[in-house]
Amino acid sequence: MAAPESYPDGLKYHREHDWARVEGDEATLGVTWFAQDALGELVHYEPPAVGDTVSVDTSYGEVESVKAVSELIAPLSGEVLEVNQAVLDAPETVNEDPYGEGWLIRVRLSAPAEVDALLDAPAYREFLATQ
Amino acid sequence: MSYLSVTEADRLAMLEAIGVASVEELFAEIPEQVRLRRPLALEPALSEPELVAHLEALAAKNVHTGAELSFLGAGIYDHYVPAVVDAVLSRGEFLTAYTPYQPEMSQGVLQSIFEYQTAICELTGMDVSNASGYDGNTVAADACFIAKHATGRDKVVLAEALNPQVRQVVKTYAPGFGLEVVEVPHHGGATDPDELRAAAEGAACAIFQQPNFFGVLEDAPGLAAAAGEAGALPVAHVDPVSLGLLEAPGNYGCALAIGEGQGAGNYVSYGGPHYGFLAARNEFIRRMPGRIVGETLDTAGERGYVLTLQTREQHIRREKATSNMTTNQTLLALAGLVYLSWLGPQGLTELGETCMGLAELAKARLGLPPAFPDRTTFKEFAVRVGRPARDVIRECRAQGVHPGYPLGRDYEGLDDVLLIALTEKRTPADVERLAEVLGR
Amino acid sequence: MKLIYERSQAGRRAGRLPHYDLPKPELPEHLRRAAPPRLPELAEPELVRHFTALSDRNFGIDTGLYPLGSCTMKHNPRVNERVVALPGFRDLHPYQEDEGAQGALELMWNLQEILAEVAGLPAVSLQPAAGSQGELTGLMLMRAYFEDRGEGDRRDTIITADTAHGTNPASVTMAGFKLEKVETDARGNLDLADLRAKVSERTAGLMLTNPSTLGLFDEGIVEVARIFHDAGALLYYDGANLNAVCGISRPGDMGFDIVHYNLHKTFSQPHGGGGPGGGPVAVRDIVEPFLPSPTVVRDGDGFRLDHDRPKSIGRVRGFGGPFGVFVRSYAFIRAYGPGLKEMSETAVLNANYLLAQLKDTYELPYERHCMHEFVLSARSLKRDHGITALDVAKRLMDFDIHPPTVYFPLVVPEALMIEPTETEPKERLDEFVEVMQRIAREAAESPEVVKEAPHHRPVRRLDEVRAAKNPVVKYGFEEVTTPA
Repeated sequence: MAAPESYPDGLKYHREHDWARVEGDEATLGVTWFAQDALGELVHYEPPAVGDTVSVDTSYGEVESVKAVSELIAPLSGEVLEVNQAVLDAPETVNEDPYGEGWLIRVRLSAPAEVDALLDAPAYREFLATQ
Repeated sequence: MSYLSVTEADRLAMLEAIGVASVEELFAEIPEQVRLRRPLALEPALSEPELVAHLEALAAKNVHTGAELSFLGAGIYDHYVPAVVDAVLSRGEFLTAYTPYQPEMSQGVLQSIFEYQTAICELTGMDVSNASGYDGNTVAADACFIAKHATGRDKVVLAEALNPQVRQVVKTYAPGFGLEVVEVPHHGGATDPDELRAAAEGAACAIFQQPNFFGVLEDAPGLAAAAGEAGALPVAHVDPVSLGLLEAPGNYGCALAIGEGQGAGNYVSYGGPHYGFLAARNEFIRRMPGRIVGETLDTAGERGYVLTLQTREQHIRREKATSNMTTNQTLLALAGLVYLSWLGPQGLTELGETCMGLAELAKARLGLPPAFPDRTTFKEFAVRVGRPARDVIRECRAQGVHPGYPLGRDYEGLDDVLLIALTEKRTPADVERLAEVLGR
Repeated sequence: MKLIYERSQAGRRAGRLPHYDLPKPELPEHLRRAAPPRLPELAEPELVRHFTALSDRNFGIDTGLYPLGSCTMKHNPRVNERVVALPGFRDLHPYQEDEGAQGALELMWNLQEILAEVAGLPAVSLQPAAGSQGELTGLMLMRAYFEDRGEGDRRDTIITADTAHGTNPASVTMAGFKLEKVETDARGNLDLADLRAKVSERTAGLMLTNPSTLGLFDEGIVEVARIFHDAGALLYYDGANLNAVCGISRPGDMGFDIVHYNLHKTFSQPHGGGGPGGGPVAVRDIVEPFLPSPTVVRDGDGFRLDHDRPKSIGRVRGFGGPFGVFVRSYAFIRAYGPGLKEMSETAVLNANYLLAQLKDTYELPYERHCMHEFVLSARSLKRDHGITALDVAKRLMDFDIHPPTVYFPLVVPEALMIEPTETEPKERLDEFVEVMQRIAREAAESPEVVKEAPHHRPVRRLDEVRAAKNPVVKYGFEEVTTPA
């Protein structure tokens, strides 16, 4: 049921195991394959509200599995434009498709330069090897 | 020594397997300066008969409800505990089991907790109950914690007519929770909804008791509505034994229902152990402290029970937990389940009617001025005895009767007031005896 | 198995109460219950059968070995059940006058004195209802102590070990403190360099259990205590692991200022499926004024409850605490006397006996003798055969052995925390070793047997994901509760 391990190029990664797909001044955020694998099947998603501000390196919500709860750490700062209803309805979507259907929020970036501090896929894979 | 199996032969074999010459070697890493190098200064070990004799001697120095006709209540009640409760609790599979973290080993405990949760939800009209809290006082602190995080407000309102120990415990927990505590005074033994509403502006919750500490029936629906109008969560602290007669808090607008379970299935036992109960509307399920049991299926499709929503609890969420509660009061809650099952709905209703009827009989027979006139009461009522209640208690006890609780201990201006409780273990003849020793 | 609500039949009942000819009381309409609660309706025979059947589906210490690390699942002596049921204890109302409760108060006083001796600290409160409440109480005591000295605002942080039990950080939050974690070194002791870096003038204190959750005695404890005391901070001892050191080393002598006990661990209050417990605290003289109110004090030849405690943090639980728990723990202790030392020695002996024989089959993270418990890792089983600590736990069940604690402490991957306690005879320990070795072999030779365990319990592995996603937390009455 869970997707095979992958870390797509074209996404940016954060050491707290979150990814960002940056498109102009907006970004879509989610958690990586590593995160969903560590948590196990997700049972609950506690999102921020549309209109909320998220700040880089701080928590913007939570996901829960049976055995653990994990804070969602924002890789970038911005204003929440949309929350993924599909994940609210079926949290296991994150396990099945963490980078596609399993996205968590969309934001309008407030500080696009923060993208430079994120890792690209090869660097994130290297970082994972040290975990 | 008493419960050890180990013999000298065992010890030698085990030391050899470990590869040390003596047990002392196993403690070699403990720094010498923190080693205790003398025996513990404790009385010598007692054999079982000596132990029993010693405990019996201590017990004999206590005047219990079998040795004295007692009308003491004030939150802990001498209701009858049926023999089936003792029988079930003495089964070693319940008594000596741990918290059911390994569900396949613990379906008995898990299913009984699920049944208990159901019973509490039925009594209180709520959607979810936890597996129990420490007692009827700490569950109020739990309720405040839920309310704070659900509303984002940091003030809580308590009715003064709420049990003094409940209020004391909330006030002890409040600083750590960052909560301001406000009390709403009683007037003539009851709480005014308008005053409660005013106090509850900007509050996370308002807690009132039904029946209240004085045995008086509050306008509970009115108090719940008043709290709600101020944007505070209405929380009712209720007597489980009253819930065959009185409406369930969930049916008159409460967000949470809490209380002391002791009267439903536990002996008075000098104050504990007992069980607190905490039930809530469904929207608060993920904020509930303590254990919750949920139903599920096993790999063969059979129904089974597990601890669920464990991510709320300390062993996963740690510093973000809804509570630090681990060990709670499961065995006592099991007693509550057995008791409520023994009574059934009809028994619970009859129990409420009997207690209330005996209280009305006592009120009429004693003919003492009520401390709170024109109030309907349940199984307890407060009367003025015309002189310090503590003196009256002393004199009555000299005649083998404890007439009730001196309200002056906790409330101003009530030094001459006795709070008299009637349970189904009292009889009309006992009421006569009470009247006699009170000189009525 | 049926739920009690599924056995229920309208019109049946078990209990009968006395009936008196009394006028039916008048209840105001708006307070009256509209519909009766749907409590079970059955007569006593089926009531007894239901609970008997439930007990048959449950495993207790009375059933077999229960080596849950950090829980101290020792035998619960039956004589304690007899004495707790004496009417003089069982039927004593907590608001009875002190002069009518002298036996209870004397018992509590004696227990206070005993606990003070065991801890090496002079002042005791019996009030907290459980270990975690004892922890919370201890933290509140710290805050009160510092506020009294005018340092309350400054000292806002508690330091815990990274091996700490989950209640420690949760208690820290509930007490309104911030949390700082300190690391454990390769030997299983607190990393002193890390500790020195983290202790500051903002530190209120340390929360530590010693031996730790790894079952190891902190060899640097004297230095640890000095570091905190030099910074003006206090040390709090989590007594969960006290079973290792009774009569051998006292927390007060180690330098701790506040200690909580778990009466349901060290002192044999039966666990009851999840409680009751007792979490009394013992403190140094400087903290005594802040203890919860009331405490039990001498009064001439007798005893009384002392409510006159102006600096007390207040009340944490009703009355003087869970009295029935005191009776059992007191009886347990009186049966040992100074022999509590032999109790702890045997607990440590039993644990080391298991460790010596299992350390080659499973990984042992720390090369030391253990105290009363030890942690193994099933990491190599996972790596080589895909068998996890959870799988090992489930397979143990098929041999009528309760699993040890798994996945704790967090610093050890695939952790198995094993605590046999002192009441297990050698044969039970030998059997445990045999079964654990067998499971390791099965992991290599027939892993599916382990993966699909348990095979011989009333249920197979339960779907915890399903329970968390769509919580069903009470009987649905009208609805079908066992969907296909």
